[in-house]
Amino acid sequence: MTPKFKAQAGTFESSDIMILIEPLEKDSGRKVDISSTVMLQFEEDIKATINQVLDTLQVQDLHLIAKDKGALTQTIEARVETAVKRSLGIQEGTM
Amino acid sequence: MLYIPGNNPAMIQQAGVYGCDAVLLDLEDAVALNQKDAARILVRNMLKTVNFYDTEVCVRVNNFHTPFGLTDLEEIVPLQPDNIRFPKTETVADVKEFMKEVRRIEKEHGIKNPTMTIHVMIETAKGVANVYDIAAADPRIDAITIGGQDLTADMGIIKTPDGVGIDYARKRIVMAGKANDLDVLDTIFADVNDDEGLRKETEYIKKIGFAGKALINPRQVDVVHDVFNPTENEVRKAYRVYSEFIKNKKAGIGVFAIDGKMVDAPVVQRAITVLEYAKIDLKEIEKNAG
Repeated sequence: MTPKFKAQAGTFESSDIMILIEPLEKDSGRKVDISSTVMLQFEEDIKATINQVLDTLQVQDLHLIAKDKGALTQTIEARVETAVKRSLGIQEGTM
Repeated sequence: MLYIPGNNPAMIQQAGVYGCDAVLLDLEDAVALNQKDAARILVRNMLKTVNFYDTEVCVRVNNFHTPFGLTDLEEIVPLQPDNIRFPKTETVADVKEFMKEVRRIEKEHGIKNPTMTIHVMIETAKGVANVYDIAAADPRIDAITIGGQDLTADMGIIKTPDGVGIDYARKRIVMAGKANDLDVLDTIFADVNDDEGLRKETEYIKKIGFAGKALINPRQVDVVHDVFNPTENEVRKAYRVYSEFIKNKKAGIGVFAIDGKMVDAPVVQRAITVLEYAKIDLKEIEKNAG
């Protein structure tokens, strides 16, 4: 699947992560940019977690920007899933 | 029971260390309309992974008649938190409809022996009017609670510190809960800087029969525990009453006296309640009294 819209999820609060997604042209692949307060220790873990969610949801051709403030893995997973669903226009039960 | 906004990861991941008896992960009023999806996914993930230690976990879903309620249930019911809270319950038909969906989802996920109980929340004048029937509407309901903020809004009044506007509702809900052997929980106290006001209100709701109170800040936990926890003197007295009751029961005596005061079944029941609040094992007393 390919994102249809720009979307975001999460906050800049401590223990959270802000995820922004924008669609790219077909066959562009994924571009993931991360900044984090714990970049030195966890950059690779954060990237792996983000890519795992994108793999599970089978999304390609997107630019994902992550601004992390020390979010746990389950929070990163939740925010990426929310942002992807919003970008696909398939989020249910929200306004 | 401490309310935690469902879209706040920092608070949810620390929920087990605040020292309260229960936490309520809120998908309803504490979440903005445009963040309902984010909160639902976050709470779902947190339920799967966070250790809440001994703290009971309740999730408040959105009412069934909103666009969010059913989606909330689809995500949360399979995870079987300790309880699900059904807000703005107004009629028996509401409960039946809610439980029908809960049971359908449990069946679809192969949950044969569900452990999750239901808390119904009374927040409208119509709900207060129907509360006796609501409390008895399903065997999985084990607690009933009053939502003071929404109730005063529904009644078109302002919630005052003396709580006079919701006093009738509080007492009616307590009676309905007691009549059906349910825990009855009070509404929040909104001013987190007013410890004395919180203490006064908690003392009052304890006197009229509530078993606990909703909190909106961890700072409120100690005040409420202080009011609900029995004093050392009360525990000693209750221990003595129950101990003497066991001894007299073995001798075939139902009513007896301690220090010149009659002790009968209701006095013993009150003593048991105090011992239970103090987390004292009744079996241990029975063994020692034997």
